[in-house]
Amino acid sequence: MSDPVLSVRNLNIDYVGAETNFHAVKNVSFDIAPGEFFGLAGESGCGKSTIAFAVSRLHRPPALIRTGSEILVSGRDVLSLNDADLRKFRWREVAMVFQSAMNSLNPVLTIEAQFYDVLRAHGPISRAEAHARATELLKLVDIAPERLDNYPHQCSGGMRQRIVIAICLALNPKLLIMDEPTTALDVVVQREILQRIDVLRKKLGFSVLFITHDLGLMVQVSDRIGIMLEGELVEVNDAQTIYRHPQHPYTQQLWASMPKLHGEQTRREPVL
Amino acid sequence: MSDAILTLDNVTKVFGRADKPVYAARAVSFALHPGRTLALVGESGSGKTTAARLIMREYAPDEGRLLFRGVPLGKSDAKALRDYRSSVQMVFQDPFASLNPTHTIRYHLERPLKLHQKGLTAAQRQAAIVELLERVKLDPQLIMPKFPHELSGGQRQRISIARALAVNPQVIVADEPTSMLDVSVRQGILNLLNDMKAELKLALLYITHDIATARYVADDIMVMYAGQIVEWGAVDRVLDDPRHPYTRLLLSAVPDPDRRFDDVRFADELGRVEEIRTLSARPQPETAQAGDNHFYRPFPAV
Repeated sequence: MSDPVLSVRNLNIDYVGAETNFHAVKNVSFDIAPGEFFGLAGESGCGKSTIAFAVSRLHRPPALIRTGSEILVSGRDVLSLNDADLRKFRWREVAMVFQSAMNSLNPVLTIEAQFYDVLRAHGPISRAEAHARATELLKLVDIAPERLDNYPHQCSGGMRQRIVIAICLALNPKLLIMDEPTTALDVVVQREILQRIDVLRKKLGFSVLFITHDLGLMVQVSDRIGIMLEGELVEVNDAQTIYRHPQHPYTQQLWASMPKLHGEQTRREPVL
Repeated sequence: MSDAILTLDNVTKVFGRADKPVYAARAVSFALHPGRTLALVGESGSGKTTAARLIMREYAPDEGRLLFRGVPLGKSDAKALRDYRSSVQMVFQDPFASLNPTHTIRYHLERPLKLHQKGLTAAQRQAAIVELLERVKLDPQLIMPKFPHELSGGQRQRISIARALAVNPQVIVADEPTSMLDVSVRQGILNLLNDMKAELKLALLYITHDIATARYVADDIMVMYAGQIVEWGAVDRVLDDPRHPYTRLLLSAVPDPDRRFDDVRFADELGRVEEIRTLSARPQPETAQAGDNHFYRPFPAV
């Protein structure tokens, strides 16, 4: 296997409190290979978003990464980057689509201006070049170039989400982090967006760290899946094993609590 | 069926300008029955919440009528509306926004009792609150003095249900009651709704975009798109043999671990998303029967 794009080793993160610390991420280690679609599943508060924020160094106090933790992106130590290197690292190496990404566009700027913003911050580029690049990127997510003149409120939620993804791909990142990217969207639009991501990562070769609590969806799109419980990574396996032969009792309980679409219907009791 | 408690009869609700009308409900008809759950599924903007608001009488229909116990509901004053709402209650989607952060749980449950059951003494009200909290499986002594922010999302949603039950309603409209909760917590709320329906003979309208949970709680299901009910019937008949292209599209998009994205089932529908949406948005006045208690609206011939 080639060297991993992302390598997380013994990651420990605390939320520091006045009297006690909350140990949110406990000794988590995993790798993501080039081109791999890796899913991280778990319930609210299990630490999955905290990991996503740490990987792109977006965590803020009171979140504190303990010494001894290691995050490597393409072999580079993310935790020791200085501010200048960090600025280059974000978007170029790792780009992130946030949970309410459709609301993360600036409402008073046109779509084109927002592309220009990102492109210009990472290297010299003329307006004309930026326009050409933005057109090309929008094409990837199947949006007409005329939309560049629009403001975010003129686009539907699904469209805004695709625009955010296009902006994230502007600098050819090696890793795309998606933190619950489609929870605010309806199932048909969700399906369209994830299918597109799947096609793009095969075409462009980037890896994906996909975070959601929807285990069914995760099995459909991911190559491998990690299951988190109270800050610990309790099981990592390929997607089909997680679905058909879950090893950890918690994974088994998660499946047991999900109603089925067809076949026998039994009363299901909540987990925990 | 004649035992319908609440009936929508050809109800239409239009928003927007006269030259550019948006049909939030187009000739919608359905009935709620005691002890039965009807699920209303569809994507955002399909008109599900409009249907709920019509039932709650927050909107008046532009055409058609509502019948409560067989009696058409006309224009009503504040008192008639209050009487109606002591029979028809609603549970909202967001358990964080639907409770008042400055009041205790006890206050939340006492108010509907004061308003709708005026004869009760303070001691009787106290007993009623305890009973309500026990019914939704919360510890009364522990929960009563708390404020909403001290409770989890699931606990808050249980309070919303207890509040709706406080007035002894016959109908409960639950609009996406679990969509903001974790999977594991979700299950407890769904079981609670199921138990309430059975024990109290409630007529339940369960509104959701999650078809799998709809199947779990509902006896019957309706699929809505662009204000129209495009397919309806017994839940398993509709889900096992979907006839309307939009129902099939919706089902194809439901996350299903048994199907990888490269699976070809329903590929036909997935390749025609825009076309199906356009056609589904047009008026579809015809009704076709697919089987016993299973109906759909075929696309009109072009």
